[in-house]
Order: sequence, then C-alpha cells, then structure tokens
Amino acid sequence: MKLREIAHSRTGDKGNISNISVIAYDAKHYPLLLEQVTAARVKSHFAGVVQGEVVRYELPNLSALNFVMDQALGGGVTRSLALDAHGKSLSSALLDLDISTAPDGK
Amino acid sequence: MRTIRIGSGAGYSGDRIEPAIELAEKGDIQYLVFECLGERTVALAQQARMKNPDGGYDPLLEERMRAVLPICAAKGIKIVTNMGAANPEAAARKTADIARSLGLPSLKVAAIVGDDVLDACKAGDLPIMEFDGTIKQLGNRLLSANAYLGAGPMAQALVAGADIVITGRASDPALFLAPMIHAFGWAMDDWNLLGQGTVAGHLLECAGQITGGYFADPGYKDVADLARLGFPIGEVGEDGSLVITKVAGSGGAVTAQTCKEQLLYEVHDPAKYFQPDVVADFSQVRIEEIGPDRVRVSGGRGARRTDTLKVSVGYVDSYIGEGQISYAGPGALARGRLALEIVRERLKLTNVAASELRFELVGVDSLHGPQVSAHAGEPYEVRVRISGRTENLREAIRIGNEVETLYTNGPAAGGGAWKSARDVVAVASVLLPRELAKPQVRFVGA
Repeated sequence: MKLREIAHSRTGDKGNISNISVIAYDAKHYPLLLEQVTAARVKSHFAGVVQGEVVRYELPNLSALNFVMDQALGGGVTRSLALDAHGKSLSSALLDLDISTAPDGK
Repeated sequence: MRTIRIGSGAGYSGDRIEPAIELAEKGDIQYLVFECLGERTVALAQQARMKNPDGGYDPLLEERMRAVLPICAAKGIKIVTNMGAANPEAAARKTADIARSLGLPSLKVAAIVGDDVLDACKAGDLPIMEFDGTIKQLGNRLLSANAYLGAGPMAQALVAGADIVITGRASDPALFLAPMIHAFGWAMDDWNLLGQGTVAGHLLECAGQITGGYFADPGYKDVADLARLGFPIGEVGEDGSLVITKVAGSGGAVTAQTCKEQLLYEVHDPAKYFQPDVVADFSQVRIEEIGPDRVRVSGGRGARRTDTLKVSVGYVDSYIGEGQISYAGPGALARGRLALEIVRERLKLTNVAASELRFELVGVDSLHGPQVSAHAGEPYEVRVRISGRTENLREAIRIGNEVETLYTNGPAAGGGAWKSARDVVAVASVLLPRELAKPQVRFVGA
C-alpha cells in the first residue's frame, strides 16, 4: 500500500531547507512509519531534488515523524528557478512511498 | 484562571480580509494579530521606502485597518501586526490617520522601531550562514538587514496603553506571545511558559493553515466550505493552557490532524525551535480533540534564549529569465521535449550567459524533477518551461525570447507563449549579538 493510506503530511520551507512531516492517522501505524519511512529512504525517494542530508526527528506523542532535508529548494526559496520555489508540493510526492504490511515488515 | 482569546487575522500579506472581520465581530476575542511579513518582504519593502520615504509598509494595511478598526474600537480588541514592514512609523501614522477619518481619534497607535540593524551588521562584518561570505562582501548588492525582534517591545507598548501595535521584522510567534505577556505578566525568563506560548503563536501564525487550509485532499482529508474558511482563535490561560478553535459556523475545521500538521510546519529539530525570547521545545507536545473544532494543545516547554538574534539580510542576488509555451493533443509530450531541446541548443548557439538553467515540462516533471516523476503517464497537454539565472537583465530577457521564437520556429501547434525577466532580491541570515539591536516603542501623534 501507499504511505498515503496511513499518513498525512505537510511541507514547510526555510531558506534552502525543506521539512516534511509524516503523521499517522492512527497511532497503531506509527511503528510502521518508524520502521519503513527512514531518512535514507526519503533521501533516495527525492533523488534529483534533495542534494544534501536528510535528518529524521521522531515525535511519539503525535505519532509523527519530521524530515529535514538540506539543499532541497534550488538554492533557497527567494532565489530558486523552480516553479514551486517553496517546495510546497513535495509532501504529496512522499505520500506515494510504498509501505509493506507483511508481518515481518519486509 | 484568567484566559484570553487571540484571533489570527492573516497568515500572509495578501491573505483574505473577511475572515478577520468575522473574527472581530463574532470571535469574542481580545486581541487580533495580523502576520503579513514573509522572509523576503522586508527587503522589497526597503526598496519601496528608498523610492518613497513615507512608503515601505504593507500594501494592504489601509484596507485591513479600515475593515476592522471600527469593530475593534467598539469591542476594545487590541491589534498587533507586523504590517510595518520596512517603515513601522509611517504605517503607524497612516493607521492613526485612518482612525481619525473613521471618527476614532482616541485609538492609541504604537510603532516598534529598531529591527533595522544594517549599520550594526556592516560594522561587525558578520559571516553569512547560508554560504561562504560576509556582509561586507555583498558590497553594493546589500539592501537591508532586519533582526527578528522578540515579544518584549510589543508587550511594553500594550502595557503603555497601545490599542494598535505595529512592528516591522519580529518573530511571527512573538506577535502572539506579546498579548500573553501583556495579559498575564509572564516573566521574560519563565522559559517553559514562553515555550508553551510559542507553541500557541506558532500554531496561529499562518491563520487558515490550522483551520483546514493547505490541508484538504479529497477522499482522504475532506474539509467543508473552504471558500468561507474561518481563521483560528487561540484560547490561552495564564498557566499556558491552550485550546485552538474558530468562529462557530465558519468554514473549515480544527482537528488534531490540522493542529499536528501546523505544529511541525517549518520546524527543524522539534526540541529546539529558536526564537528571540526562548528556545522552544515542541517534542513533548500533546494534541487532543475536546469538542467540535476545539483542540487542546499542551506540553510545550522552553529553555533559555540564545545571546544572538537572527537577522534577515536582503541582497540583489541575480536575474531570472523565463519562457513558457504549451502543446496539446496526440504527441504533445514529444513536441514538448523537442521544444526543450531546441531551446537548449539555441541558448548555446547564441551564447546566452546563464550560470544555471532548468528545462522542464509542466504537467510532467516541473515540480519534482524527472526521477521522482519517472512513472507518470502521458498527459493530454504539456507546458514547456525554461528558466535561467543570469548576471544582468539583458541576458535574462534573451532566455524568454528564445522560448517565444518557438511560435514560428519550433514544433507544430505551440500556443500561449509567455516570458518574463526580473531581478532577484534574495535573503540570507546572520546572527547578531542581541545587545546590538535596540528596539524602541514610539507612539504616533503623542
């Protein structure tokens, strides 16, 4: 299934850094997010967009993750050549991630 | 326990005005905050002020004030806003004029000045955070330097009796923290209260983004009546307790989901959200729905503020030239790709001097690039978009021109060509020792 089935998301921007939240609709799916939506996977999903590091922060109270992606906005919102200089549309791309629900999580 | 209700009347400079009127009329609020100042806006406003010494404040200031002042005056609602942009004193004078013209001469209007720290930044030749270089190295490209002020001066203005407080650059959550400090007398070193107050301010600062705006996804996250989206109200207790709600009957929704998305919006490390007044910690925040459109938010904390203030530096970065043209029907994708290749070759043949170029198809790969979009199906129509960075306007114009010539020289049936060339005012940041910024409260007409 797609991440979109179990989580919602919002993108924010500061300078050349984009952050994307991934929030489980239901707390029972938070372990799936923790296990499968890793910083490495997010970086690879955004190949060609994110040039820098991706750091993941965990918010168990909210069943949410926050991904901070460096060098992700074409040099920064105020100077980017991109149509979506803020990267506001990036959250939708992340929700397209495949999530496995097999018992072993693979 | 004492509680105040703070309405958020704008989430950006061009925001809708009727939801703010609705808040003032029906929101049972004591404070109305308008957050209208984007990252780059002060730099652009500074350019406007250089052309007109009485200008440089928010272009919608007059319309907003005329719409809400009569209601706010009648109900005793105090207004806090950063619509002063690059010229808070001129904005305050204008607001006082408007108040008089509306028959409300007793309204007290205060401006907060001192966020302009250009001279201090130049004197210190501070290093730029985003790239290698210093303030001095920007030379005559440097336009402005404005420190993100905290809530202190705004709270001081409210304590001194201001009905309307107009600042320039201040941290967005501080616009909301100021009323809390005013109403409850919170100490400026009570880090946990300031941290929880920052949670409230952060949640409210983008107005409709917590009441269902920037949220709807049909079939997954449905939101009713977005055309009549209501703006949020924060009910804050003197102990920092917080409920987010909105005017009954307005469009949109306040839910745990909208609050969670907004809590993490533009946040990096949730345990360290740097503010002028506090380093706020969102990592232990709890969010629970306690009624229809009522969400309780608790657990915000804080730690001692840093010794520096973030300063937003505006500078002329470069020029951007752009051109677009559309193709549709059978073979649209192939014709769009051919158009991109033709322009790529033309820019080389004609020696257009661009340091960076983007070639993309809107409808295919313009938002997320070719790799993320690789599995998309073939669209019915595509829009060619080519943009490039240059050192001067003349070169930037040539980029759009090469797209436009596709009309008569490019693939079949290209329509709707469009071009633009503009200078780019960008912003970068420096950290200024906080004692070098000297904010002051100035009442106008007093």
